[in-house]
Amino acid sequence: MSEKRPFDAVVAEHGATVLRVCRAVLGPVDADDAWSETFLSALKAYPALPAGANIQAWLVTIAHRKAIDVVRARARHAVPVADLPDLVSGPGADARDLDLVEAVARLPHKQKHAVVYHYVGGLPYADVAALIGGTAEAARRAAADGVHALRDSYPGAETLTRSDR
Amino acid sequence: MNVPNALSDQLARSYDVDEDDLTRLRRRLAVTAADAGVLDVAYRTVDSPVGMLLLAATDAGLVRVAYAVENHDNVLQALADRISPRVLAAPERLDLAARELDEYFSGRRHEFDLALDWRLSAGFRRDILGRIRGIGYGHTATYAGLARAAGNPKAVRAVGGACATNPLPVVVPCHRVLRTDGTLGGYIGGLDAKRTLLGLEAAV
Repeated sequence: MSEKRPFDAVVAEHGATVLRVCRAVLGPVDADDAWSETFLSALKAYPALPAGANIQAWLVTIAHRKAIDVVRARARHAVPVADLPDLVSGPGADARDLDLVEAVARLPHKQKHAVVYHYVGGLPYADVAALIGGTAEAARRAAADGVHALRDSYPGAETLTRSDR
Repeated sequence: MNVPNALSDQLARSYDVDEDDLTRLRRRLAVTAADAGVLDVAYRTVDSPVGMLLLAATDAGLVRVAYAVENHDNVLQALADRISPRVLAAPERLDLAARELDEYFSGRRHEFDLALDWRLSAGFRRDILGRIRGIGYGHTATYAGLARAAGNPKAVRAVGGACATNPLPVVVPCHRVLRTDGTLGGYIGGLDAKRTLLGLEAAV
């Protein structure tokens, strides 16, 4: 007896989280396209999704793949848009002025994705590892390093992470 | 699965998503899904003199009209179970139905000219609903009369059952079916709604 909710209810429940994930990994401009591609793809596959699946993790996983597609398409068209450098900001004065969104955007690729998929997308580290490669432990470390770097570049971050053991 | 954490909360606030963004994206999704042929059930709601009505359509046509007393969330779940879970709000897909209902409620339309998807009704009930569809605006029939016309005079209660489970009320006018003594009987949208519709049709 498969009691699958109407897809509209899935969009209502998870639409905001998926949009945040898309914005965090792609920035605001490409996020809309990635969101649309994610939910169109999810809608196609939805009837075959096993009952009891973790729908949010499923959607974030699709969003990850769609974000890669968007980045590849952008690279093919070779339009040099605001690609933020993959460097950890030092604790300089201007770095501390960055808001949290920018601080996340400036994290190294792996740390950024580990932080976003775990803290924004709610994925357990085992699922994060499946997306970014490596082990769950490595994903956890990448996220911890990312949080550490955020603490350096974003003034409010140290109080933010205390509850994360 | 949520990660309860102050950083999660702060990040959620930082990537501020407002309702307008989501509304716009959901509309766009409904359009692209329809274009891609993966929107199996489109729905919208319309306000009316008998309360909020849910309208749902498949590619074949209007498949469901539901009163608020039926609980629209439950109705959508039933559509997901019986037809397909690929259900999205897609108001444009139901523009014609919404317009014809609006004309009906303002007294300017006496007949609906809409493609209907009958898949939620079968057998004897489907046969009865087909007969009910032939009852003209401002006219009434009786449960017993319909049972006789269907060749089964004893099936009066079954006719009542067909009306009570009519997936397309208002459009398939089961509100025009009364008891032999002229009293209202029952109605899927409640007796107040039945009175309102009969009053509307009597006034024109």
